[in-house]
Amino acid sequence: MLYRENGQFKTTYQADQQIFPIAQDRWGVLLLIAFAFVGVPFLVDEYMFRAILIPFLILSLASLGVNLLVGYCGQITLGAGAFMAVGAYAGYNFLIRVPEMPVLGAILLGGATAAAVGIVFGVPSLRVRGLYLAVATLAAQFFWDWAFLRIKWFTNDSPSGNVSVSNLNVMGFEISSPLSKYIFCLSVLVVFGLAAKNMVRATIGRQWMAIRDMDVAAAVIGIRPMYAKLTAFAVSSFYVGVAGALWGFVHLGSWEPAAFSVDRSFQLLFMVIIGGLGSIMGSFFGAAFIVILPIFLNQFLPVLGALFGMEISTATVSHAEITIFGALIVFFLIVEPHGLARLWSTGKEKLRLWPFPH
Amino acid sequence: MKQLKKLAIAASLAAALAGGLAAPQAFAQAKEQYFPILVYRTGAYAPNGVPWANGFIDYLKLVNAKGGINGVKISFEECETGYATDRGVECYERMKGKNGGATMFQPLSTGITFALTEKAPNDKIPIITAGYGRSESQNGAVFGWNFPLIGTYWMGADVLVQHIAKKEGGFDKLKGKKITLVYHDSPYGKEPIALLQERAKMHGFDLSLLPVAHPGVEQKATWLQIRQNKPDYVFLWGWGVMNSTALKEAQATGFPREKMYGVWWAGAEPDVKDVGEGAKGYNALAMQHGAEPNAKVVKDVLAMVHGKGQGTGPKEEVGQVLYMRGLISAMLSVEGVKKAQERYGKGKVMTGEQTRWGLENINLDQKTLDAMGFGGVMRPVQTSCLDHMGSAWARIHTWDGKKWNFTSDWYQGDEKVLRPLVMLTSGKYAEEKKIKPRTPEDCKK
Repeated sequence: MLYRENGQFKTTYQADQQIFPIAQDRWGVLLLIAFAFVGVPFLVDEYMFRAILIPFLILSLASLGVNLLVGYCGQITLGAGAFMAVGAYAGYNFLIRVPEMPVLGAILLGGATAAAVGIVFGVPSLRVRGLYLAVATLAAQFFWDWAFLRIKWFTNDSPSGNVSVSNLNVMGFEISSPLSKYIFCLSVLVVFGLAAKNMVRATIGRQWMAIRDMDVAAAVIGIRPMYAKLTAFAVSSFYVGVAGALWGFVHLGSWEPAAFSVDRSFQLLFMVIIGGLGSIMGSFFGAAFIVILPIFLNQFLPVLGALFGMEISTATVSHAEITIFGALIVFFLIVEPHGLARLWSTGKEKLRLWPFPH
Repeated sequence: MKQLKKLAIAASLAAALAGGLAAPQAFAQAKEQYFPILVYRTGAYAPNGVPWANGFIDYLKLVNAKGGINGVKISFEECETGYATDRGVECYERMKGKNGGATMFQPLSTGITFALTEKAPNDKIPIITAGYGRSESQNGAVFGWNFPLIGTYWMGADVLVQHIAKKEGGFDKLKGKKITLVYHDSPYGKEPIALLQERAKMHGFDLSLLPVAHPGVEQKATWLQIRQNKPDYVFLWGWGVMNSTALKEAQATGFPREKMYGVWWAGAEPDVKDVGEGAKGYNALAMQHGAEPNAKVVKDVLAMVHGKGQGTGPKEEVGQVLYMRGLISAMLSVEGVKKAQERYGKGKVMTGEQTRWGLENINLDQKTLDAMGFGGVMRPVQTSCLDHMGSAWARIHTWDGKKWNFTSDWYQGDEKVLRPLVMLTSGKYAEEKKIKPRTPEDCKK
């Protein structure tokens, strides 16, 4: 009744091709963004900003990047953590080695470096695919873990391999309070999200999807696999690299290679799988699921125990957290193998027919 | 399927409701000194994290049983980090503002310490890292909020070199000796390298570095290299399962355990228990204390906490090495609060900033320590604004197959070697971060 496109006539090609053809969707998304910028800062406290929202925004960006590669182009990667690390460490080096380097410039150059590295490590995708490619990208993970631990130059000869940045300043605004960090990450995410949404609707995105669905057929109709695959690697790594730089600069402030270990790569891949392969929306769902749920469980279980007069020990909470989290992953994958994004669109379909389903 | 879905929706709704309702009232206590405790009772490092946490909490319970800090009761809460930096940061953010503000944080992880070092000055909460953390943070002028009380890794490494020199018959005898450092490949394991390199330059011994990747169960290649190189001594900078694995590998390759020296995090019962006889002769640094089942404070804990059925963890572990480490860490934090109360009002709840002043002015002489039940456990501690370590003494203990025994005299870390390194590294940090070091006048504030 409420959510229906009846009566919305498209009279121009422009209207037909816009990102959200249904007015309700369009307004909904705009309202959501406006709320995120204006409403959220009044509603949440510092803990929400620092511990939940900022990590959520940054990992959404990373999972968006991984989704472009895995979900849209069909190239499985297990090296996302490494590209995050490259983004963070490259950004750090640009920041300290180039005089007068602006922070935003360092972050974007970090992303660009990650893109270049992504192309190099994407070359095997021209020969191998599927699980074999996953193993090849795992090499990136191990190589960069090794490089940032061993090659002193990358960490500016810090005795323990730990680097840190501070006094961030973006275009005259100091990025130190939780609110400013949140707004900064949100702005980056909105720009990158919009770009991603448009990319996957454009030539390049269609090429990626053609390659994903059947690369031989795609080659026959004139899509160059090398170009399509390597651009997917480059764009994806750029996104992931920028996310890595934000993770280091804005979220942690001080980091070591362990912050981008192989666990991070798995985490990002799971986000994409649970959220929904080949869906922009799914990247956000996946990130929310993986970032927020464990923290929620961790805080909620003791409260639940207290309700029933039980004191649950820290260790039990932690074990229960992992168990429930794992069970929920299995549950969602059984209920909806195409990820949370598919649940979302099923919901929208149902809403269209509501209240008279046939 | 439909029912399942409904069930899931109902459950999640109920969960959200209950969470929203119950969260505010769960922690409403006034006039209590709030100690947030970052622990890891799960994960690869849990065997070592658990006794530490138990000791820490038991001491706080003991203080409460004795009437609190000048009447102020301590409230405490655990948060599980699993030794992961991002979870540690989340815990810190969650707990820092609770119950009137955190008194201090003890992350028990060098990685988390690095992350919190950036955050603590803004929140004005001291970070106590008794026996770990970054060594240059001893310089309180630059690291105003870090307290590596009674031990840093540079000090520890320095003592190890001194001990070996003494065994060999003088520093000049170290020339040409081969020392291998087997270390956990993380900021923690890398900390001693700077000092060992400095010492290697001074005395002409040959230092080789062998990293072991997290979590440390794969060391075959490392020990193969040791068998080929035949070093005179092996220093072990491990944590958790890495330590027992190293000892097993040493046994398998036939490297004499008598020539192995661990840091104080590689010298506790969980490290050697599984290896048993195979670890006989293995030495480790004792961060002042060893296993102290006979100390008075331990007897107090057994009587006043465990005796009343309120103990944390198994009774048999009370007084073990890592338990004592946690207990002493808690004691130092409590003493910081106590000292702060002397200045800011006895019987009041101290803020993080006031606690920092207390921690900077800790002065525990032997008489006070004996009275508190720490006689024979540790030596006097005196901190200052510029020296956040407070004591540079350590000794060596050796595993005899069943228990740890002290096998050396006390050593003091050599200021002539440590100080320049601390000043140089902390100076570099201050420059990078544009921190203006505090002057003695600033300290009085």
